[in-house]
Amino acid sequence: MESTLDIFVKAIFSENMIFAYFLGMCSYLAVSKTVKTAVGLGAAVIFVLAVTVPVNYLLENYLLKEGALEWINPEWAEIDLSFLSFIMFIAVVASIVQLVEMLVEKFAPALYGALGIFLPLIAVNCSILGGALFMQERQYSTILDATAFSIGSGIGWFIAIVAIAAIREKVRYSNVPAPLRGLGITFILTGLMGIAFMAFMGIKYGKDGSKEEDDTTKTGQIELVDKKLTAKID
Amino acid sequence: MSEDVKKTKEPSEPLFSKKNKKLVTDPLTDNNPITIQVLGICSALAITVQVEQGVVMSAAVLFVLIFGNVIISLLRNLIPSRIRIIVQLVVVASLVIIVDQLLAAFLPDVSEKLSVFVGLIITNCIIMGRFEAFAMANKPWPSFMDALGNSFGYAWILILVSIIRELFGSGSLYGFPIFGSALPGEEWGIYTMGYMNNNMMILPPMALIIVGIIIWIQRSRNKALIEEH
Repeated sequence: MESTLDIFVKAIFSENMIFAYFLGMCSYLAVSKTVKTAVGLGAAVIFVLAVTVPVNYLLENYLLKEGALEWINPEWAEIDLSFLSFIMFIAVVASIVQLVEMLVEKFAPALYGALGIFLPLIAVNCSILGGALFMQERQYSTILDATAFSIGSGIGWFIAIVAIAAIREKVRYSNVPAPLRGLGITFILTGLMGIAFMAFMGIKYGKDGSKEEDDTTKTGQIELVDKKLTAKID
Repeated sequence: MSEDVKKTKEPSEPLFSKKNKKLVTDPLTDNNPITIQVLGICSALAITVQVEQGVVMSAAVLFVLIFGNVIISLLRNLIPSRIRIIVQLVVVASLVIIVDQLLAAFLPDVSEKLSVFVGLIITNCIIMGRFEAFAMANKPWPSFMDALGNSFGYAWILILVSIIRELFGSGSLYGFPIFGSALPGEEWGIYTMGYMNNNMMILPPMALIIVGIIIWIQRSRNKALIEEH
């Protein structure tokens, strides 16, 4: 099994929400015009992911999964409610976002000033629901792993949006071909950043699983990337 | 035209009036949800490695958007505006559950490949965006036309990107080999001349770059769409 630290580092770099899965692209493109707003939204994403994924993890494991209801009554062990997971997850996300917004407004007005306008946006940010769905798909064994994954993904998203915002601030002074200005160049820049982030796929994680990767030369790394991708595609 | 006007209930608005047709044609080009409004990118990019996935994903979005838009439009006077987001989410989530179960039952392979991205239709910005911007303020029939236009606008970009990626990345289209076979030992087609698949195309970043180039082409043809910065 992967250690918690592996999961954390992996979620930040090689399985970055933006560059590997394109989750949360809508707000990523819309709110990355200046670094200041990007930092606000990025922080809000880290925060909400860190809260919602563990809650959804508990729901998944004690309510929805096949056999999850066993703790109430052993006869219910065969009940499989996982078809309800979409609606449960999105309800949890929407209500927690609402709750967090109210709590932050009440107890941390300064933080609310910084995050305030972004919190409602986040309920429909793909990366939040995506975090919950990946957590479900990957079947993390403990809540600690799930939390490490969620915080890692949030930090990865934060890094991505702050980096693109910084680049976009600079690009404003460059002579970009007119039809490519704005959206077009941002897409291409994100693509190039994604290629750069693919380099992190060569990182070795954990003790087991590293046997085949021992003699990773440069070409070996490319093959590894290939293997991972075809595994993902197939 | 005058005959059409008599048949419909509202004399001023025949079913296929210019305005309604515009609702369908606009999102295909000058108001495309992906390249102009920048909505629904998340799912559009991740699943365009193969044409089959692109087609299935487009069909799923078409289904969810059409039914969702009509349902929201029918309910629009009953939904209190304070809780409208939750109501919209519930409608989308229920429709997506139906799609997910249907896919898992009839197309298990594709469903496996799409993995979490079927679920992510819930937070696909096109759907919520159309609910907010159109269905909440319009009658069911225009909402239906709007949904049709937007989902086709989404679909053609998705399928175009997936055609490019599958053709150059795997040398096939919808699973059929176009350029021949690259299997070592039994090569045929242009692979015998030393052609190789561009593995770059299969990698996620290429989807972004292809969409960037589509945006570039579109905006250089229509100068009105060019942004300041």
